[in-house]
Amino acid sequence: MNKAFNRRGFLQGSLAGAAVATVSLAKPTEASTFEGYPDSIGVLVDLSRCIGCRSCEAACNKEQNLPAPALPFNDFSVFDELLHGQKRRPDETRYTVVNRYEIPGREHPLFRKIQCNHCLEPACLTSCFVNAYTKTPEGAVIYNADVCVGCRTCMVACPFYIPAFRYSSAFHPRIMKCIFCYDTRLTKGKPPACVESCPQEAMTFGRRTDLLEIGRQRIRENAGTYVDHIYGEHEAGGTAWMYISPAPFEQAGFDTTVPKEPILNYVKDFLSIVPMVLTIWPALFAGFHLLATRKEKLEQQKKNEGEV
Amino acid sequence: MRNFINNTPEIPIASHHKPDGTAWSLKEKLWLGLSRQDYKDQFLRNPVNWVLIAIFAIGVPLILQRYFAGLGSITHASDDYPWGLFLGFGLFGMVPLSASGFLLGTTVEIFGRKDFIPIERLALLNGLLGYFFAVVYLEVDLGMPWRLYYPMVVSLGPAAVLFLVAWHVATYLSVQIAEVSSAYFEWIGWLKGKRFIKSIAVGLTISGIILSTLHQGALGALFTYAPGKVHPLWFSANFQWVHFFCSAIFAGLSMVIVASTLCKNHLTWRCDERFLKNVDTLTLGLAKGCALAMITYLVIKLVGVAHDNDWAYLLTGWGQYFLLELGVAVVLPMFMFAYGVKNHKVSLVRWAALISVLGIVWNRLNTSMICFNWRIYQEIPHWKEVWVTITVFALYFIVYRFILYRLPILYQWQDNK
Repeated sequence: MNKAFNRRGFLQGSLAGAAVATVSLAKPTEASTFEGYPDSIGVLVDLSRCIGCRSCEAACNKEQNLPAPALPFNDFSVFDELLHGQKRRPDETRYTVVNRYEIPGREHPLFRKIQCNHCLEPACLTSCFVNAYTKTPEGAVIYNADVCVGCRTCMVACPFYIPAFRYSSAFHPRIMKCIFCYDTRLTKGKPPACVESCPQEAMTFGRRTDLLEIGRQRIRENAGTYVDHIYGEHEAGGTAWMYISPAPFEQAGFDTTVPKEPILNYVKDFLSIVPMVLTIWPALFAGFHLLATRKEKLEQQKKNEGEV
Repeated sequence: MRNFINNTPEIPIASHHKPDGTAWSLKEKLWLGLSRQDYKDQFLRNPVNWVLIAIFAIGVPLILQRYFAGLGSITHASDDYPWGLFLGFGLFGMVPLSASGFLLGTTVEIFGRKDFIPIERLALLNGLLGYFFAVVYLEVDLGMPWRLYYPMVVSLGPAAVLFLVAWHVATYLSVQIAEVSSAYFEWIGWLKGKRFIKSIAVGLTISGIILSTLHQGALGALFTYAPGKVHPLWFSANFQWVHFFCSAIFAGLSMVIVASTLCKNHLTWRCDERFLKNVDTLTLGLAKGCALAMITYLVIKLVGVAHDNDWAYLLTGWGQYFLLELGVAVVLPMFMFAYGVKNHKVSLVRWAALISVLGIVWNRLNTSMICFNWRIYQEIPHWKEVWVTITVFALYFIVYRFILYRLPILYQWQDNK
């Protein structure tokens, strides 16, 4: 009786295992052949054109109804702000910031705008256990606050340190992050507020494939002006927002150690062992159990026979 | 407690009936057979309780502050360090220390080592409570704690590692409740329930092994989402899960040694003859397991360094810190375990277990906080965050002790036929 029950238990375990295995593997397999949506939109930022006027910050703040900043947007002392030795980053009050970088050997500083790069295979999305993130066919990575649990794994996973958490709220906390003005502009074919506000045309809005062409052309036609690299073409598996720069990227505050493949690739090794453990362990340990208790069983049997 | 036991022959309660034949009521069992006044006296006489009261006096208001004014009011609200002490210690530290349940379950039920039975229930309880309080820590840390069940029913993201952690911890918690419930059934005198649990023990144990392998590993795999953030010496895309799983083995065993030592020395009145007689021998048995798990862990840690070709990092300051961690938290206790087992030095083994328990917490804090964001800056937790972490741990201690005082964990229930 006992034995029969156990065997059935193992069978059920293996079936459940196979089922879970199919579910958990479905996504990564699909993702391994996914090269991004064909006509997805992006933005190319040209660091040589940005003058650090912060118009984009102001436009974003207005468009997304974010709280008013401590210092007005025409106050340029913010470029000297340092927290833990770090320049400003997007947080719960701002989806985008512009920072100033003094480049050795250059007369003028460079300015770099930071916002969500809208990865082709976003780490935030793949690490989220409630599917709060969506990569839309237009190219935006959007977030659904209604299902978010607030575990903040997306913040750990993002290689660009973009998602911020509304720590200040006890009852309505949420992730705060640039959504490419998805609902108000992108779906209507309009560029995001920051791009539209730029007086220098430092940002070019268009199809990502076209932007790569434009970027390469600009690098080629202005020989020696730009570093021969489009940041975001391959970083983190490719991003919708990309940058070209006249100075080495690390001098302008870019993390050049970001992997050139999707973050998910680092997790796949573990994901692939899951179905193996689920299916092999029950048989293996049941075997151990039978082997280890065999002697005992035999003795029991002998004793029973002796009694009869 | 000791005084009461010397004066009253019928306590500690270990059966359904008083010596005169009348039955203990559930209420009396809960009050340990003491009068209210006696219970209060023994509570106030214990200096440990005064320390606990002091911790709670400050900690409870801080926890209320967290729930009414937001996480930002008791932490540094860092966007660069999304995970602080609540997860670094409470989840990543407590879970490996709670591997004891599945380890001793496997030893007794699967490998048929019946000689470990006197300590099995302590290991199971240690596992259950560790997991339960890891979830409590999670509830302190989650932005929306009221949505804890969302990954189960509302919105599923099955391709995420955390999804696996959530489901496996939830299932494993139920498995552990079932395993520990047989002690509870004995205590309330419902033998049917106990027999049922016994009949499914092998199945429960095997599902425990599967779930433990996967979620102990998954906690490590969570960090593979941050390849650029965790220092390369603490990071291994291929082996992170094995490192976490393997270290959980000696962490769990060491935690049982520490807990049993505390029980043996400070809860002697509650231990029965069988426990006290066997605990030294069993400690050496557990130590043997620790030493074996540690040498395995050391080798796969080296394999991790070799696989990613991280040797050059060993010459940096981080490398020295890495070697210090391995030396103090693994190599040292490993030799203490091995020497102690060989020469029957039980107290040496107990010290080794304490070092290894602290060492594993240190390793998890290194991975989740200290060597995390190694390229930028070091976040030092807010004192309130530290205090709340200690408060939840104090609660864990109280619940642990409450159960040990009552249920037949350290002793055998007398009349359960």
